[in-house]
Amino acid sequence: MTQEELQSYILQKYPGFKLEPLAHDLTFLVPAEQYIPFCTFLKEDPSMAFQNVMSLTATDYLDYMQVVVHINSYSQKHRIAIKVTLDRENPKISTITHLWPGANWHERETYDLYGVLFDKHPDLRRILLADDWEGYPMRKGYTHWNLTPMPDDVTEVMKDYPTVPNPLG
Amino acid sequence: MTLAPNISLGKEEGLKTEEFVVNIGPQHPSTHGLLRLVATLDGEIIKEVVPHIGYLHRSTEKIAENRYYHSFVPYTDRTDYISAMLMNWGYVMAVEKVAGICNPMRAEVIRVLIGELNRLASHLLFYGTFGMDVGAFTPFLWAFRERENILRLFESLCGQRLTYNYYRIGGVSHDLPKDWVGNLQKWLAHFKQVYKELYDILTYNVIFLRRTKGVGILSKEQAIAWGCTGPVLRASGVDWDLRRDETYSVYKELKFEVPVGENGDVWDRYWVRMQEMLQSISLVEQCLAKLKELDDKLPRLQRGSAEWKENAMFVIRTQSVLQVEPGEAYVRIEAARGELGYYLVSKGGAKPWKLKIRSGAFCNLSVLPEITRGKLIADLIAILASLDIVLGEIDR
Repeated sequence: MTQEELQSYILQKYPGFKLEPLAHDLTFLVPAEQYIPFCTFLKEDPSMAFQNVMSLTATDYLDYMQVVVHINSYSQKHRIAIKVTLDRENPKISTITHLWPGANWHERETYDLYGVLFDKHPDLRRILLADDWEGYPMRKGYTHWNLTPMPDDVTEVMKDYPTVPNPLG
Repeated sequence: MTLAPNISLGKEEGLKTEEFVVNIGPQHPSTHGLLRLVATLDGEIIKEVVPHIGYLHRSTEKIAENRYYHSFVPYTDRTDYISAMLMNWGYVMAVEKVAGICNPMRAEVIRVLIGELNRLASHLLFYGTFGMDVGAFTPFLWAFRERENILRLFESLCGQRLTYNYYRIGGVSHDLPKDWVGNLQKWLAHFKQVYKELYDILTYNVIFLRRTKGVGILSKEQAIAWGCTGPVLRASGVDWDLRRDETYSVYKELKFEVPVGENGDVWDRYWVRMQEMLQSISLVEQCLAKLKELDDKLPRLQRGSAEWKENAMFVIRTQSVLQVEPGEAYVRIEAARGELGYYLVSKGGAKPWKLKIRSGAFCNLSVLPEITRGKLIADLIAILASLDIVLGEIDR
């Protein structure tokens, strides 16, 4: 299906869903309680037939947290993304490993780095960091003495750059 | 489980056995890096394998949030250091998509050329180490001798043998050096002969067949559900290649076939990579022809023309701190180890708000417990080698 067909088909079934306006891929903003029914629909509907999770991660927006799932279908040759907004202090969401087992390690990684708890996950342990690691490093505000951010103000940095002659005159 | 007619495991009348746990790695030559496998065994039969990863975790994604777009390119080299060009490529493509940059034709052709050459080098390394893991030492030396030639070409291209930092947002760092194409053609002519030898020494060797045929079968359904991609997916019989099915760069103008396996066993995964090497050679040759075509056109670029202005803008874009408008995209390319995806979120400014690297080997490794259950411990090494993992890419 093309992106337009996909969009109209899904919005027909779930008219309330909003799209992420900034995304280049087709991205649906899904309420947390509709997450599992929606994913089940995407997997089981024959014209959707989403077969695997390409990527599952979270994004920390300071006020809230979003879990982003990119799913893919080989038979229909289409893909979409699902976004679920969560409370940043207490991020909790259901697992989708029973639908797509490939989500297992992705969810573990998201738990490891962002502290998102996945309900009913078969094996929710830290995956990249040590088991006794404190905190969730990919959250904004987590710093390390060895990590020096580049300054946000670019004009300061540009002073050190050699001036580039503008070829357009 | 019955081993021999008169011996049955765990039964009172038969041989008494008990489970024991073997720890493999993290420092072990056949784990291809720092991977620890905890195998629960019953005799020689694997009950369960639990991979422990993260020994090489360098928080690359966190670093990305603290670097300017251009200055993150060298970090992507360090993720998959075997095919670093392709790691560069995925990243710059993601930034280009969000920033809305399109590249000059010549840069795109060079990207495909270099990318395919790197895929060839990566598959050669697989060939060598895989041969060694199943007990053949000669292929290792032969493959490394040929890979060395590619690395030398890369060295003369960008000064580095492994961490290239050659791709740039908006193109590549510089054009191909003088005589480089000639050297490449010379090597290609030589390699086509050597490839036959490489193929012959291993592919239908009886010992090799006994170690690989019917071992570690990954079914089509399993491969899809677990998110396996690249040669591992194709070996299981799924006809899917991002270069063809979600085409990017100049791949739609090039001709190539997608080799697909039948059984999804270790031998098929080996065979698919061997066939892909042939396709890469063909793609490299087509790119060289395309470059020559473009060279003929080049003098016609008039100063001040629209095309010239477009090219000139890249100088400005690629040599200053890039500011990207808010937006997000998931961009995926066919890397040597499967689908390489970069999920980039920009909230404006000179640094990414978030960057997630989805590596092929990460998902391919996650299927290991599934396909080793109930198999022999000796096959574990062959199965692991056939997945062709690079721990730098898995741990990021």
